[in-house]
Amino acid sequence: MVSADQGGGVMRADVLAERVEGLDEALAAVDGFDSALACGLLRPPAATAAGVTGLAQAVAGSPLAGRVAEAADKTVAGAGGEDHFVALAAARTALLGSVHDALIDQVAEVTGRTAREREVPQGGGLPVGNLHAAARSWLVDLARTGWRGIGHEAVAGVAPVVQAMLAEPRLRRPATLLDGFAVELAASCPGATLERVPVRRWADLWSRALLLTLPGTAEVPDAGVVTGRLLPLGVDLQEHAGAVQAQVHAVLEPVGGAAPRVVRASVSAPKPDSVVGAGLWQLLRPHMSLLAAAGEGRAMELTDMPVTVEGDLIWDDACARPGASADAFVTARVVLPTALDAATAPLDRHPARIAVPVFLEGYGVSEGDGVLTFFVGGHPLAVDVDRVPVASPLTAQAVAASGACIGLLRWDAGSYRLQPLAVEATVRKKPVALHAGGWAGGTADKVGAKGEKAATDAVTVLRERAGRLLRK
Amino acid sequence: MSEWERSSTARVVAPARPRRLAKVPFVELADGRLQGVVSSGSDIARVYVSSVVAGSYAFACSTNNNRPCGGARGAYCNHIRALISEAVLQFGPERVARYLKAETGGDEGPSAQSIAHAMSSTRPPQGDAAAAAPVFSRFLRHLSYLELAPVTTPLPEMQWFPPTRAVA
Repeated sequence: MVSADQGGGVMRADVLAERVEGLDEALAAVDGFDSALACGLLRPPAATAAGVTGLAQAVAGSPLAGRVAEAADKTVAGAGGEDHFVALAAARTALLGSVHDALIDQVAEVTGRTAREREVPQGGGLPVGNLHAAARSWLVDLARTGWRGIGHEAVAGVAPVVQAMLAEPRLRRPATLLDGFAVELAASCPGATLERVPVRRWADLWSRALLLTLPGTAEVPDAGVVTGRLLPLGVDLQEHAGAVQAQVHAVLEPVGGAAPRVVRASVSAPKPDSVVGAGLWQLLRPHMSLLAAAGEGRAMELTDMPVTVEGDLIWDDACARPGASADAFVTARVVLPTALDAATAPLDRHPARIAVPVFLEGYGVSEGDGVLTFFVGGHPLAVDVDRVPVASPLTAQAVAASGACIGLLRWDAGSYRLQPLAVEATVRKKPVALHAGGWAGGTADKVGAKGEKAATDAVTVLRERAGRLLRK
Repeated sequence: MSEWERSSTARVVAPARPRRLAKVPFVELADGRLQGVVSSGSDIARVYVSSVVAGSYAFACSTNNNRPCGGARGAYCNHIRALISEAVLQFGPERVARYLKAETGGDEGPSAQSIAHAMSSTRPPQGDAAAAAPVFSRFLRHLSYLELAPVTTPLPEMQWFPPTRAVA
């Protein structure tokens, strides 16, 4: 049901406040296991051992039940091995998968859009080698000591594995995850003196990394190629010390009149930690013409662009050419409501992976304690302005003063929030559209250009140093 | 559990702040040390590998060819002072002081100068120069990240690493 008369555009925000059946119970089981992991699985004391058995009980009705129950028993007895930890990680992932599915059903009700078929087949399964085994044994050792027991030497042990994996582009997923995870662990050593531990986050990264070492988990099957007009909605940027990824969210209008579909295009690169701000766009820009198109508000014409079953375009500049100008807000108002949402691969069924493009207008805005909230049809929705990249014309002030917004609906720590991708606002009495990825392709803006220059200088120094020192 | 503890995307490490890299191309807080690489002021092909140990403030400085730094005899040399200053720019003074366990005292927050003073006034010992080789190889590994090919296959794992506008 569309409720535009409530001032909520096509979004039904009231649904977001509804309680999801079974969600609290599933998350409580996850929390119990995560607390055990924080203290270590070597010889779990009674208090945390209950968290391990609780996880097994929570999946007792699933096909995993037998293996997980055995894994929990062995672990509680202090005899947990690699296979047992993998089973526990799988159980935790399955539980969060069910949370994801419940949330996605709720989100579909909110947007009023239809999802493409839910079932996505598992990938083919590249053979896994010694590097996967080495990563797995590092992760198993981490689980034994727990986050409270981490030390510099143990954490540094993964560095050669990451380095070797990075050299092989097909292993970029595990390499990038392990690298980002290890940086955080290293910055938090020694674990014994940590004031607080990011309990769910590190358990997420740990279980995901562990499952990625198994055959077939890191591949999403191809679904052929697509041809048609690609209308960008906005750009989402992600970064850690050693990597950056930009994802363009867009709607594809296939030739031949088939229903439009929501798609993504991604480009990522490893990076030195001192490359930041505009430097991130500079690294990615030469490898995906779509970044500039999205920044300039242009469509692109795709011919036989490869796509996965998850709606991820495997971008190749040779399959794309610039199209006519295309206002993202027109796309969001007119085409997005009729588009089919993408399906999700098995391992990607996790609440943190939810990033659904939505369009809002006519909302109220409140600001307090540094938290920005939109009131959509009277219902509060927290706005995550912190996710807007540093090198961007979009500011918190512009979001607060906006009248229309394209964003990604996300869920974390028990509630939904909106990540703004673009807003329409009135600045100095003139209507403007500001995009988070507005500078993705470069900028003539004074502040933006200064950032570009600083970033160019930084990379020039590093390349000069590399040229002089690296090849000796 | 607090919201931060229950968050999948809790920010644990603040991103590096932008700084000019010409003088100190590499600085990190790792292995219980502030360590990095400082370009020589006179010889373009030479760099110094400098470090200060957290807690003991023991220091070491030598060239990438393992020659000891002439300035680092008995006290911090200019390379080590430059390293501290650039670390403060990149990571913020609080994080550097906390990592090194430098007691700067006073009501004002720490600064590069107060951190360097707090450590050097304890008359720290000369540290082990053996750390230089691994630091230099970490620097080379750091540089090699620029040579790795970008990919356009999606990395769903990066969903766990949102950017942040908060500074260190």
